[in-house]
Amino acid sequence: MLIRNLPESYLHERDATPESLYQDRRAVLAGMIGAGLMPHLAQAADGEGGGLPRLSSRLTRRLDEDQTSYDSVTHYNNFYEFGTDKEDPARRAGKLRTRPWTVRVDGLVSKPQTIDIDRLIRLAPLEERVYRMRCVEGWSMVIPWVGFPLNALLKMVEPLGKARFVAFETLKDPGQMPGQRSSVLQWPYVEGLRLDEAMHPLTLLAVGLYGRVLPNQNGAPIRLVVPWKYGFKSIKSIVRIRLVDRQPPTSWNISAPQEYGFYSNVNPTVDHPRWSQARERRIGDWLPRATLPYNGYGAEVSQLYRGMNLKRYF
Amino acid sequence: MGWLRAHRQGLAHIVMALPVLVLAVRWAMMITGGDPRAVGLSAEPIDYTINYLGLWAIRFLILSLAITPLRTWTRWSWLAPLRRPLGLWAFACALLHLSVYFLLDQLGSFTLLWESVAKHPFILLGMAAFTLLLPLALTSTRASIRRLGGRRWQALHRLVYLSAIFAAIHFILRVKGFQPEPWIYAGIAGALLLVRALPTAWVRRA
Repeated sequence: MLIRNLPESYLHERDATPESLYQDRRAVLAGMIGAGLMPHLAQAADGEGGGLPRLSSRLTRRLDEDQTSYDSVTHYNNFYEFGTDKEDPARRAGKLRTRPWTVRVDGLVSKPQTIDIDRLIRLAPLEERVYRMRCVEGWSMVIPWVGFPLNALLKMVEPLGKARFVAFETLKDPGQMPGQRSSVLQWPYVEGLRLDEAMHPLTLLAVGLYGRVLPNQNGAPIRLVVPWKYGFKSIKSIVRIRLVDRQPPTSWNISAPQEYGFYSNVNPTVDHPRWSQARERRIGDWLPRATLPYNGYGAEVSQLYRGMNLKRYF
Repeated sequence: MGWLRAHRQGLAHIVMALPVLVLAVRWAMMITGGDPRAVGLSAEPIDYTINYLGLWAIRFLILSLAITPLRTWTRWSWLAPLRRPLGLWAFACALLHLSVYFLLDQLGSFTLLWESVAKHPFILLGMAAFTLLLPLALTSTRASIRRLGGRRWQALHRLVYLSAIFAAIHFILRVKGFQPEPWIYAGIAGALLLVRALPTAWVRRA
């Protein structure tokens, strides 16, 4: 049985802004910045989205916070497959070929399959969801993603009773991903979630942002978005999803187990060994703001961790 | 040539001021409404600025450490007067680096700064590297050398070795994953310190 406990921020059809107004939202924001109503660092106009195709979607989750500009969202990225500098992915991700692309979904499921990306995108109605994104390094963004819940895909392949975790894998191809020639991390990049985290309605498979197809540097053609965890959990350019019975290895945990745990829930009370996690700087702001437990999604996700020692399972 | 020699230190200061000058121009453009990324400060200008200043501080520090071995080896005596401006610019960049971190990352709060120093070895090392440079910058004048006496002044200024070691480790701790850049800086700093342990005669022969 599926109980739909809709969060307060869930938008019903009747609440949605008329599309014409919604499409103009950036012009409205730009007007506010121009009028000095937004206490922000100036940021480039959103431009044309790099000419990427539009995606039609329905706004199902909004956030009453200023969205990070398209230019910043697409030019300030940690995607070490393309280099460690924040602007490397925007500069070097052009070689990534996102068609043809398939995602293999297998492991402990009754219907293992290899799904073509164009079929996968039509698996469920596309939703636009505005989420906070908190990087483990202490900066954050607000991003309007386009995608569908991961649970739609998982339900389709029918997890077996033994399945407890979901393991994800990024493409490994140094020809397309020049950063993989360096040994900054082990390749391919791998991530994982507990099955209940993966099934949570907030967990998104994103195929776009700002109403357009995902730019390569943001993890095209399909990526995970888990808004209550540090950004590195939201694995990009996924080629494989495997249901397993044991906690799968995860890239940053392999690289530095004392710094990056499997859970990596945003937690202002558990510091990174090298810096505080109590605050974060929203891109475009001068000063840091307080970091929220579970990145502000505690009301919806904290029950997943009831009784757990969050200092131990960081 | 005579004019060049006479104004050697002044010219050195002008050249060494360039990194800070470039940064200042970018900030001026941003504050007057320029887009941070368009003016070359990335989408996150605060973090960019802190990294930029820290990197130049360690570069100047390493260059200042290179002068004496290089002079001994090449016998180019004209290098000697570059040491003080290099050291002073290392200090200036470190001071700006710490100031931006203190004001815009630690919210200008000494409580927060103290907490960061106490809790995170990464911050403690950076702070120690800076603190060690402070007395050196304050005693960089000829008058100080006279007042302290050459021997004592030299002993004091050997603190720069420790500062360089701390700064190099601080840089290594800055990055995530295995990244070669800070190790290259640490390697150069280490080599410049090791070379000082060798007998002067051996260095001269080499």
